[in-house]
Amino acid sequence: MSALHINEIQKYFGALLVLDGVSLDIAQSEVVAVIGRSGSGKSTMLRCINGLEKIQAGSIEVAGHRIGPQGGDLRSLRKEVGMVFQSYNLFPHLTVLENVTLAPKVVKGVGREEAEAIAHDVLRRVGLAEKSGAYSDELSGGQQQRVAIARSLAMQPKVMLFDEVTSALDPELTGEVLKTMEELADAGMTMVLVTHEMGFARQVADRTVFMHKGKVWEQGPSEELFSYPQTPELRNFIAPNLK
Amino acid sequence: MIRSFGWESVEFLIRGAGWTLLLSFMTFVIGGCFALIFALLRTLGPKPVRLAIAGFIQLVQATPLLIIVFLSFYGLSFVGLHFPPMVGAGLSLAVYTTVFLGDIWRGCIEAIPRQQWEAADALALTRMQQLRYVILPQAFKISLGPTVGFMVQIVKNTSVVALIGFVELTRAGQLLNNMTFQPFHVFLTVAAIYFAICYPMSFLSERLKGNRHVRPAH
Repeated sequence: MSALHINEIQKYFGALLVLDGVSLDIAQSEVVAVIGRSGSGKSTMLRCINGLEKIQAGSIEVAGHRIGPQGGDLRSLRKEVGMVFQSYNLFPHLTVLENVTLAPKVVKGVGREEAEAIAHDVLRRVGLAEKSGAYSDELSGGQQQRVAIARSLAMQPKVMLFDEVTSALDPELTGEVLKTMEELADAGMTMVLVTHEMGFARQVADRTVFMHKGKVWEQGPSEELFSYPQTPELRNFIAPNLK
Repeated sequence: MIRSFGWESVEFLIRGAGWTLLLSFMTFVIGGCFALIFALLRTLGPKPVRLAIAGFIQLVQATPLLIIVFLSFYGLSFVGLHFPPMVGAGLSLAVYTTVFLGDIWRGCIEAIPRQQWEAADALALTRMQQLRYVILPQAFKISLGPTVGFMVQIVKNTSVVALIGFVELTRAGQLLNNMTFQPFHVFLTVAAIYFAICYPMSFLSERLKGNRHVRPAH
């Protein structure tokens, strides 16, 4: 059974059609990179998967939950689908530990001790066990993004969505975040990542999807897609990256 | 009877100042409760409610406080609702506070970046949980400075209710002046008492503006 099934979704912003019949199937433990130019609809597609954006047609099934044009049970869906944003979006009034324990405590009703045990565990996984008392403004961008990953992991999601998570980082800080994501992939997490990191997509993603004009333009196993692009649009898109 | 300005007079003024403080406090508590409801409804309520509240706020903000005081005291007694000056004074100041503080607090809620709502949303928090754990604590910290600043305005503005016969600090000063004919002694003392109340608040307000961990997220 697939972990994520996107079926012919359409999305409009006003009169503008930004997703034009997108379909995608992602298996359990599969890592899929989504690439494409700005405005190709890749981030919008990702945001539709956990209902941050409404779709106007088609349907999405993720971790056993269904969303259609009428919406769906987004609360239970989001308990199992984590999301990490480009701008980290940590809660600046809370410490790292409080950021990570908030959702398990409030949403799942997990007790404080257990929530903190989970938090320490996920913070160790992202390599920030010693930062649990810090506030987000005391952390580097890379550290903040790793806390954001830990915050999402603490809900023990079945699928994780990454929305250009390294785009706001200084180049020397992207490595630590990518390494964290690679470890997650190795641990068997089902991941969809919208990214501009072609090298990372090629190396870590099982499959890469190229979006263009609101459509899935081309897709295939990452190595194959980057080595033998079939369409002129994809060739043009990845050409500058190969130099 | 003409008396001269002395220690007794100062005591009389301080008793007036007590009423000023009590009135300010009541106003702040009652107005603050409604202001919070207004601020929340205006950011999160259904559109007709948002528009109605925005309209009411515009209307009251464009009305001098003195007119609100006259309306709630003379106006309501004209239609048969007779209140003691304390109630009329409290009522009009509470309306005034609701409107201004409601607007200040709405601004503080709206100052929290949309991404904060979104991040909490993606973590499956309900709308109320997002407000309670993520948005309001941050909005609260931003609001401290302007809120205390506005309390200074309330303290000073309670002086307008002297005109409907409520004996607070300003009215006490007027009465005392009528008895002593020493306006400089009387009103300088009145001003000094206002200063003694307001300055620490202004100082606190400035300090609170520098509060840490209130910067909006990136």
